[in-house]
Amino acid sequence: MPRRLSRRLGQNGEALRPEQGFPLRLIVPGWQGNVNIKWLRRIQIGDQPWFTREETSKYTELMKDGKVRGFTWLIYAKSVITFPCPEKPAKGPGVYEIRGFAWSGKGRISHVDVSYDGGVNWESARLEEPVLPKALTRFTHEWRWDGKPALLQSRAVDETGFVQPTIAELRAVRGVNGIYNNNSIQTWK
Amino acid sequence: MSSCRKLVSPLAALALLSQTARAAEQHPPGYYGIGATPTKAEIEGWAIAARPDGDGLPPGKGSAQEGAAIYIEQCAVCHGTFGEGEGRYAKLVGGELTGERPERTVGSYWPYAVTLFDYINRAQPFPSPHTLDADQVYAMTAYILNLNNIVDNNFVADRVSLPKVKMPRQDFFIWQDPRPDTAAKECMKDCVDPKTIKIESTAEGKNLTPRTTGPLDTMQPK
Repeated sequence: MPRRLSRRLGQNGEALRPEQGFPLRLIVPGWQGNVNIKWLRRIQIGDQPWFTREETSKYTELMKDGKVRGFTWLIYAKSVITFPCPEKPAKGPGVYEIRGFAWSGKGRISHVDVSYDGGVNWESARLEEPVLPKALTRFTHEWRWDGKPALLQSRAVDETGFVQPTIAELRAVRGVNGIYNNNSIQTWK
Repeated sequence: MSSCRKLVSPLAALALLSQTARAAEQHPPGYYGIGATPTKAEIEGWAIAARPDGDGLPPGKGSAQEGAAIYIEQCAVCHGTFGEGEGRYAKLVGGELTGERPERTVGSYWPYAVTLFDYINRAQPFPSPHTLDADQVYAMTAYILNLNNIVDNNFVADRVSLPKVKMPRQDFFIWQDPRPDTAAKECMKDCVDPKTIKIESTAEGKNLTPRTTGPLDTMQPK
Protein backbone atom coordinates (compact mmCIF):
# COMPACT_ATOMS: atom_id res chain seq x y z
CA MET A 1 0.00 0.00 0.00
CA PRO A 2 1.66 3.29 -1.02
CA ARG A 3 2.12 5.64 1.83
CA ARG A 4 0.65 8.76 0.37
CA LEU A 5 -2.27 9.27 -1.98
CA SER A 6 -3.52 12.71 -2.82
CA ARG A 7 -6.35 14.28 -4.71
CA ARG A 8 -5.47 16.93 -7.23
CA LEU A 9 -7.41 19.98 -8.27
CA GLY A 10 -4.72 21.64 -10.34
CA GLN A 11 -1.25 21.50 -11.74
CA ASN A 12 1.35 24.17 -12.47
CA GLY A 13 -0.91 26.93 -11.25
CA GLU A 14 -3.97 26.07 -13.27
CA ALA A 15 -6.99 23.86 -12.72
CA LEU A 16 -6.93 20.31 -14.06
CA ARG A 17 -7.99 20.14 -17.67
CA PRO A 18 -11.00 18.02 -18.64
CA GLU A 19 -8.80 15.46 -20.39
CA GLN A 20 -6.65 15.19 -17.27
CA GLY A 21 -9.60 14.53 -15.01
CA PHE A 22 -11.14 17.90 -14.06
CA PRO A 23 -12.29 18.65 -11.41
CA LEU A 24 -10.57 16.12 -9.20
CA ARG A 25 -7.98 13.44 -9.79
CA LEU A 26 -6.44 10.79 -7.60
CA ILE A 27 -2.64 10.69 -7.58
CA VAL A 28 -0.91 7.50 -6.48
CA PRO A 29 2.86 8.09 -6.60
CA GLY A 30 4.91 5.14 -7.80
CA TRP A 31 2.00 3.09 -9.15
CA GLN A 32 0.70 2.43 -12.64
CA GLY A 33 -0.88 5.39 -14.39
CA ASN A 34 -4.27 3.78 -14.76
CA VAL A 35 -4.91 3.87 -11.01
CA ASN A 36 -4.61 7.66 -11.01
CA ILE A 37 -8.35 7.95 -11.43
CA LYS A 38 -9.61 10.93 -13.39
CA TRP A 39 -12.93 12.68 -12.75
CA LEU A 40 -12.89 11.31 -9.21
CA ARG A 41 -16.40 11.11 -7.91
CA ARG A 42 -16.36 8.90 -4.86
CA ILE A 43 -13.93 7.08 -2.58
CA GLN A 44 -15.17 3.95 -0.88
CA ILE A 45 -13.06 2.21 1.74
CA GLY A 46 -13.46 -1.54 2.13
CA ASP A 47 -11.90 -4.38 4.04
CA GLN A 48 -11.47 -6.47 0.90
CA PRO A 49 -10.66 -5.71 -2.73
CA TRP A 50 -13.58 -5.44 -5.14
CA PHE A 51 -11.80 -7.36 -7.91
CA THR A 52 -13.25 -5.24 -10.70
CA ARG A 53 -13.15 -6.19 -14.35
CA GLU A 54 -10.14 -3.96 -15.09
CA GLU A 55 -8.21 -5.36 -12.13
CA THR A 56 -8.90 -8.97 -12.96
CA SER A 57 -9.45 -9.62 -16.64
CA LYS A 58 -7.40 -6.71 -18.00
CA TYR A 59 -4.49 -5.38 -15.97
CA THR A 60 -3.15 -8.75 -14.95
CA GLU A 61 -0.17 -10.65 -16.30
CA LEU A 62 -0.38 -14.18 -17.67
CA MET A 63 2.82 -16.06 -16.87
CA LYS A 64 4.45 -18.91 -18.75
CA ASP A 65 3.23 -21.48 -16.23
CA GLY A 66 -0.41 -20.41 -16.59
CA LYS A 67 -0.48 -18.51 -13.31
CA VAL A 68 -1.69 -14.93 -13.37
CA ARG A 69 -0.24 -12.02 -11.43
CA GLY A 70 -2.72 -9.43 -10.23
CA PHE A 71 -2.41 -6.17 -8.28
CA THR A 72 1.09 -5.56 -9.65
CA TRP A 73 0.68 -1.83 -9.48
CA LEU A 74 4.14 -0.72 -8.41
CA ILE A 75 6.36 0.68 -11.14
CA TYR A 76 9.90 -0.61 -10.82
CA ALA A 77 12.99 1.34 -11.89
CA LYS A 78 13.10 2.25 -15.56
CA SER A 79 15.00 4.66 -17.74
CA VAL A 80 14.81 5.75 -21.35
CA ILE A 81 17.01 7.93 -23.56
CA THR A 82 15.04 10.81 -25.06
CA PHE A 83 17.85 12.23 -27.15
CA PRO A 84 19.03 10.91 -29.57
CA CYS A 85 15.87 9.08 -30.59
CA PRO A 86 14.05 8.24 -33.84
CA GLU A 87 12.39 11.65 -34.06
CA LYS A 88 15.64 13.45 -33.24
CA PRO A 89 18.49 11.33 -34.50
CA ALA A 90 22.16 12.08 -34.17
CA LYS A 91 23.19 12.78 -37.73
CA GLY A 92 26.93 12.19 -37.81
CA PRO A 93 30.17 12.11 -35.85
CA GLY A 94 30.45 14.72 -33.14
CA VAL A 95 29.91 15.48 -29.48
CA TYR A 96 26.37 14.96 -28.21
CA GLU A 97 24.68 15.36 -24.88
CA ILE A 98 22.70 12.16 -24.40
CA ARG A 99 19.59 13.00 -22.40
CA GLY A 100 16.88 10.90 -20.83
CA PHE A 101 14.62 10.19 -17.89
CA ALA A 102 14.73 7.63 -15.13
CA TRP A 103 12.16 6.86 -12.46
CA SER A 104 11.29 4.32 -9.80
CA GLY A 105 8.13 3.64 -7.83
CA LYS A 106 10.32 2.49 -4.97
CA GLY A 107 11.99 5.83 -4.28
CA ARG A 108 14.87 7.85 -5.60
CA ILE A 109 16.99 7.01 -8.58
CA SER A 110 20.47 6.26 -7.30
CA HIS A 111 22.31 6.39 -10.62
CA VAL A 112 21.99 5.80 -14.35
CA ASP A 113 24.52 4.18 -16.66
CA VAL A 114 24.74 4.61 -20.43
CA SER A 115 26.10 2.21 -23.03
CA TYR A 116 26.92 2.82 -26.71
CA ASP A 117 27.50 -0.77 -27.69
CA GLY A 118 24.30 -2.57 -26.73
CA GLY A 119 25.28 -3.26 -23.15
CA VAL A 120 28.86 -4.51 -23.38
CA ASN A 121 30.43 -1.51 -21.63
CA TRP A 122 28.78 1.16 -19.51
CA GLU A 123 29.57 4.65 -18.28
CA SER A 124 28.01 6.59 -15.44
CA ALA A 125 25.65 9.39 -16.39
CA ARG A 126 25.02 12.59 -14.45
CA LEU A 127 21.73 13.07 -12.63
CA GLU A 128 20.09 16.49 -12.63
CA GLU A 129 19.09 17.84 -9.24
CA PRO A 130 16.76 17.63 -7.48
CA VAL A 131 16.50 13.87 -7.39
CA LEU A 132 13.15 13.19 -5.75
CA PRO A 133 11.51 9.89 -4.81
CA LYS A 134 9.01 8.42 -7.29
CA ALA A 135 9.61 11.34 -9.63
CA LEU A 136 11.05 11.69 -13.11
CA THR A 137 14.80 12.23 -12.86
CA ARG A 138 16.69 13.63 -15.81
CA PHE A 139 20.10 12.26 -16.67
CA THR A 140 22.70 13.50 -19.13
CA HIS A 141 25.94 12.13 -20.51
CA GLU A 142 28.50 13.43 -22.93
CA TRP A 143 29.03 11.20 -25.96
CA ARG A 144 31.82 11.59 -28.47
CA TRP A 145 30.50 9.72 -31.46
CA ASP A 146 32.79 8.58 -34.24
CA GLY A 147 29.84 7.99 -36.55
CA LYS A 148 30.10 4.19 -36.55
CA PRO A 149 26.95 2.13 -35.82
CA ALA A 150 26.04 2.36 -32.16
CA LEU A 151 23.42 0.79 -29.90
CA LEU A 152 22.51 3.29 -27.17
CA GLN A 153 21.11 2.05 -23.91
CA SER A 154 20.46 3.45 -20.45
CA ARG A 155 20.18 1.49 -17.21
CA ALA A 156 18.74 2.83 -13.98
CA VAL A 157 19.54 1.80 -10.42
CA ASP A 158 17.28 2.99 -7.61
CA GLU A 159 17.98 3.54 -3.94
CA THR A 160 16.92 -0.01 -3.03
CA GLY A 161 19.77 -1.30 -5.18
CA PHE A 162 17.40 -2.63 -7.82
CA VAL A 163 18.99 -2.65 -11.29
CA GLN A 164 16.90 -2.22 -14.43
CA PRO A 165 16.94 -5.56 -16.30
CA THR A 166 17.43 -6.27 -20.00
CA ILE A 167 14.48 -7.43 -22.09
CA ALA A 168 16.06 -10.88 -22.24
CA GLU A 169 16.24 -11.09 -18.45
CA LEU A 170 12.63 -9.96 -18.16
CA ARG A 171 11.34 -12.44 -20.73
CA ALA A 172 13.20 -15.27 -19.06
CA VAL A 173 11.15 -14.71 -15.92
CA ARG A 174 7.82 -13.57 -17.28
CA GLY A 175 7.45 -14.96 -20.77
CA VAL A 176 6.03 -12.73 -23.46
CA ASN A 177 2.43 -12.35 -22.35
CA GLY A 178 2.80 -10.25 -19.25
CA ILE A 179 3.27 -7.04 -21.18
CA TYR A 180 2.57 -4.65 -18.35
CA ASN A 181 5.40 -3.56 -16.14
CA ASN A 182 7.92 -3.73 -18.95
CA ASN A 183 10.72 -1.82 -17.33
CA SER A 184 13.48 -3.37 -19.41
CA ILE A 185 16.38 -1.54 -20.97
CA GLN A 186 15.46 0.17 -24.22
CA THR A 187 17.86 0.36 -27.16
CA TRP A 188 18.17 3.02 -29.83
CA LYS A 189 20.24 2.22 -32.89
CA MET B 1 -36.40 69.96 6.04
CA SER B 2 -33.78 67.52 4.81
CA SER B 3 -32.99 67.21 1.11
CA CYS B 4 -31.85 63.60 1.38
CA ARG B 5 -34.00 60.83 2.56
CA LYS B 6 -32.96 58.66 5.37
CA LEU B 7 -32.56 55.33 3.61
CA VAL B 8 -33.18 53.22 6.57
CA SER B 9 -33.80 53.78 10.21
CA PRO B 10 -30.96 52.91 12.61
CA LEU B 11 -33.02 50.14 14.19
CA ALA B 12 -33.82 48.55 10.88
CA ALA B 13 -30.13 48.79 9.91
CA LEU B 14 -29.20 46.85 13.01
CA ALA B 15 -31.75 44.16 12.21
CA LEU B 16 -30.48 43.80 8.64
CA LEU B 17 -26.86 43.54 9.77
CA SER B 18 -27.54 40.81 12.27
CA GLN B 19 -29.56 38.84 9.71
CA THR B 20 -26.65 38.92 7.24
CA ALA B 21 -24.27 37.90 10.00
CA ARG B 22 -26.47 34.94 10.86
CA ALA B 23 -26.65 33.88 7.22
CA ALA B 24 -22.86 34.03 7.01
CA GLU B 25 -22.49 31.94 10.15
CA GLN B 26 -24.42 29.08 8.58
CA HIS B 27 -21.66 28.49 6.05
CA PRO B 28 -18.19 27.40 7.08
CA PRO B 29 -15.18 29.50 6.15
CA GLY B 30 -14.12 28.94 2.57
CA TYR B 31 -17.65 28.42 1.33
CA TYR B 32 -18.02 29.65 -2.26
CA GLY B 33 -21.50 28.48 -3.19
CA ILE B 34 -20.18 25.95 -5.71
CA GLY B 35 -21.56 22.44 -5.80
CA ALA B 36 -24.17 20.75 -3.69
CA THR B 37 -24.36 18.02 -1.10
CA PRO B 38 -25.43 14.80 -2.79
CA THR B 39 -28.75 13.33 -1.78
CA LYS B 40 -29.07 9.86 -0.32
CA ALA B 41 -30.67 8.69 -3.56
CA GLU B 42 -27.79 10.05 -5.62
CA ILE B 43 -25.27 8.27 -3.43
CA GLU B 44 -27.21 5.02 -3.68
CA GLY B 45 -27.19 5.38 -7.44
CA TRP B 46 -23.39 5.50 -7.36
CA ALA B 47 -22.83 2.85 -4.72
CA ILE B 48 -23.17 -0.10 -7.08
CA ALA B 49 -19.84 -1.87 -6.63
CA ALA B 50 -20.32 -5.57 -6.01
CA ARG B 51 -17.63 -7.74 -4.39
CA PRO B 52 -16.90 -11.43 -4.93
CA ASP B 53 -18.13 -12.19 -1.39
CA GLY B 54 -21.54 -10.82 -2.43
CA ASP B 55 -21.31 -7.47 -0.67
CA GLY B 56 -22.99 -4.88 -2.86
CA LEU B 57 -25.15 -7.27 -4.90
CA PRO B 58 -28.70 -5.89 -5.07
CA PRO B 59 -31.93 -7.83 -4.57
CA GLY B 60 -33.25 -9.52 -7.69
CA LYS B 61 -32.77 -12.65 -9.73
CA GLY B 62 -32.48 -13.87 -13.29
CA SER B 63 -32.16 -17.22 -15.03
CA ALA B 64 -29.90 -18.29 -17.85
CA GLN B 65 -32.94 -18.74 -20.05
CA GLU B 66 -34.18 -15.21 -19.41
CA GLY B 67 -30.67 -14.02 -20.19
CA ALA B 68 -30.70 -15.77 -23.55
CA ALA B 69 -33.63 -13.64 -24.74
CA ILE B 70 -31.97 -10.38 -23.69
CA TYR B 71 -28.65 -11.48 -25.16
CA ILE B 72 -30.01 -12.06 -28.65
CA GLU B 73 -31.67 -8.63 -28.68
CA GLN B 74 -28.99 -6.48 -27.11
CA CYS B 75 -25.65 -8.26 -26.97
CA ALA B 76 -25.22 -10.60 -29.91
CA VAL B 77 -24.63 -7.70 -32.31
CA CYS B 78 -21.21 -7.09 -30.70
CA HIS B 79 -20.47 -10.28 -28.85
CA GLY B 80 -21.65 -12.77 -31.45
CA THR B 81 -24.58 -15.18 -31.46
CA PHE B 82 -22.67 -17.68 -29.33
CA GLY B 83 -20.36 -15.27 -27.53
CA GLU B 84 -17.60 -15.70 -30.07
CA GLY B 85 -17.16 -11.95 -30.53
CA GLU B 86 -17.86 -9.83 -33.64
CA GLY B 87 -14.91 -7.99 -35.12
CA ARG B 88 -12.92 -6.39 -32.34
CA TYR B 89 -15.61 -6.71 -29.68
CA ALA B 90 -14.91 -9.01 -26.81
CA LYS B 91 -15.17 -12.75 -27.08
CA LEU B 92 -17.12 -13.98 -24.08
CA VAL B 93 -16.94 -17.74 -24.43
CA GLY B 94 -14.21 -20.32 -24.72
CA GLY B 95 -10.75 -19.26 -25.80
CA GLU B 96 -7.37 -20.91 -25.28
CA LEU B 97 -4.79 -19.36 -22.99
CA THR B 98 -1.86 -21.26 -24.43
CA GLY B 99 -0.29 -20.35 -27.72
CA GLU B 100 0.95 -17.13 -29.20
CA ARG B 101 -2.24 -15.13 -28.68
CA PRO B 102 -4.03 -16.18 -25.51
CA GLU B 103 -7.74 -15.41 -25.56
CA ARG B 104 -8.97 -14.07 -22.26
CA THR B 105 -12.70 -14.68 -21.96
CA VAL B 106 -15.07 -14.96 -19.03
CA GLY B 107 -14.68 -18.72 -19.10
CA SER B 108 -10.98 -18.98 -19.84
CA TYR B 109 -9.72 -16.26 -17.53
CA TRP B 110 -12.06 -14.36 -15.17
CA PRO B 111 -11.43 -15.31 -11.55
CA TYR B 112 -14.77 -14.17 -10.04
CA ALA B 113 -18.38 -14.48 -11.21
CA VAL B 114 -19.65 -11.46 -9.26
CA THR B 115 -17.28 -9.28 -11.30
CA LEU B 116 -19.43 -10.12 -14.30
CA PHE B 117 -22.49 -8.70 -12.56
CA ASP B 118 -20.61 -5.62 -11.44
CA TYR B 119 -19.27 -4.93 -14.92
CA ILE B 120 -22.47 -5.53 -16.90
CA ASN B 121 -24.39 -3.47 -14.36
CA ARG B 122 -22.16 -0.43 -14.72
CA ALA B 123 -20.98 -0.56 -18.33
CA GLN B 124 -23.11 -2.71 -20.64
CA PRO B 125 -24.60 -2.73 -23.24
CA PHE B 126 -21.77 -0.64 -24.57
CA PRO B 127 -23.91 1.96 -26.35
CA SER B 128 -26.53 2.12 -23.59
CA PRO B 129 -25.18 1.30 -20.14
CA HIS B 130 -27.43 1.56 -17.09
CA THR B 131 -30.50 0.48 -19.06
CA LEU B 132 -30.70 -3.04 -17.62
CA ASP B 133 -32.35 -3.49 -14.24
CA ALA B 134 -31.01 -5.81 -11.53
CA ASP B 135 -33.09 -8.81 -12.64
CA GLN B 136 -31.87 -8.41 -16.19
CA VAL B 137 -28.22 -8.11 -15.13
CA TYR B 138 -28.58 -11.27 -13.05
CA ALA B 139 -30.11 -12.98 -16.09
CA MET B 140 -27.25 -11.83 -18.32
CA THR B 141 -24.70 -13.03 -15.80
CA ALA B 142 -26.39 -16.40 -15.56
CA TYR B 143 -26.55 -16.75 -19.33
CA ILE B 144 -22.89 -15.88 -19.99
CA LEU B 145 -21.79 -18.30 -17.26
CA ASN B 146 -24.03 -20.91 -18.85
CA LEU B 147 -22.56 -20.30 -22.32
CA ASN B 148 -19.18 -21.03 -20.78
CA ASN B 149 -20.48 -24.26 -19.22
CA ILE B 150 -19.74 -22.94 -15.75
CA VAL B 151 -23.38 -23.26 -14.63
CA ASP B 152 -26.15 -25.49 -15.98
CA ASN B 153 -29.20 -24.47 -18.02
CA ASN B 154 -31.41 -24.16 -14.95
CA PHE B 155 -29.15 -21.80 -13.07
CA VAL B 156 -30.78 -18.76 -11.49
CA ALA B 157 -28.40 -16.01 -10.39
CA ASP B 158 -29.14 -13.92 -7.33
CA ARG B 159 -27.22 -12.33 -4.47
CA VAL B 160 -26.86 -15.70 -2.74
CA SER B 161 -26.15 -18.07 -5.60
CA LEU B 162 -23.77 -15.88 -7.61
CA PRO B 163 -20.97 -15.56 -5.01
CA LYS B 164 -20.98 -19.35 -4.72
CA VAL B 165 -20.04 -19.90 -8.37
CA LYS B 166 -16.41 -20.99 -8.57
CA MET B 167 -14.69 -19.82 -11.74
CA PRO B 168 -12.33 -22.31 -13.39
CA ARG B 169 -9.23 -20.11 -13.23
CA GLN B 170 -9.74 -18.60 -9.80
CA ASP B 171 -6.91 -20.50 -8.16
CA PHE B 172 -4.41 -19.51 -10.83
CA PHE B 173 -4.41 -15.90 -9.71
CA ILE B 174 -1.70 -14.62 -7.41
CA TRP B 175 -2.69 -11.37 -5.73
CA GLN B 176 0.56 -10.76 -3.88
CA ASP B 177 3.12 -8.96 -6.03
CA PRO B 178 6.14 -11.29 -6.15
CA ARG B 179 8.53 -8.71 -7.59
CA PRO B 180 11.37 -7.84 -7.79
CA ASP B 181 11.73 -10.92 -9.92
CA THR B 182 14.88 -9.95 -11.84
CA ALA B 183 18.34 -9.83 -10.32
CA ALA B 184 20.37 -7.81 -12.79
CA LYS B 185 23.75 -6.69 -11.59
CA GLU B 186 25.34 -3.36 -12.34
CA CYS B 187 28.14 -4.63 -14.51
CA MET B 188 30.25 -1.90 -16.09
CA LYS B 189 32.83 -3.60 -18.36
CA ASP B 190 32.67 -6.52 -20.81
CA CYS B 191 29.21 -7.42 -19.62
CA VAL B 192 28.17 -9.47 -22.64
CA ASP B 193 29.91 -11.08 -25.55
CA PRO B 194 29.38 -8.60 -28.42
CA LYS B 195 28.91 -11.49 -30.84
CA THR B 196 25.77 -12.58 -29.02
CA ILE B 197 24.03 -9.25 -29.50
CA LYS B 198 21.44 -9.30 -32.23
CA ILE B 199 18.43 -7.20 -33.04
CA GLU B 200 15.40 -9.49 -32.99
CA SER B 201 12.76 -6.92 -33.82
CA THR B 202 12.34 -3.17 -33.99
CA ALA B 203 9.45 -0.85 -33.22
CA GLU B 204 9.87 0.73 -36.66
CA GLY B 205 9.82 -2.70 -38.28
CA LYS B 206 6.47 -3.36 -36.63
CA ASN B 207 5.16 0.06 -37.67
CA LEU B 208 4.96 1.13 -34.06
CA THR B 209 7.32 4.10 -34.19
CA PRO B 210 7.40 6.50 -37.10
CA ARG B 211 10.77 7.90 -38.12
CA THR B 212 9.39 11.36 -37.71
CA THR B 213 6.22 12.64 -36.15
CA GLY B 214 3.36 14.43 -37.82
CA PRO B 215 2.79 15.11 -41.51
CA LEU B 216 6.42 14.53 -42.40
CA ASP B 217 5.89 10.78 -42.00
CA THR B 218 4.46 10.33 -45.46
CA MET B 219 6.91 12.73 -47.06
CA GLN B 220 10.06 10.99 -45.92
CA PRO B 221 11.60 8.35 -48.21
CA LYS B 222 11.34 4.91 -46.62
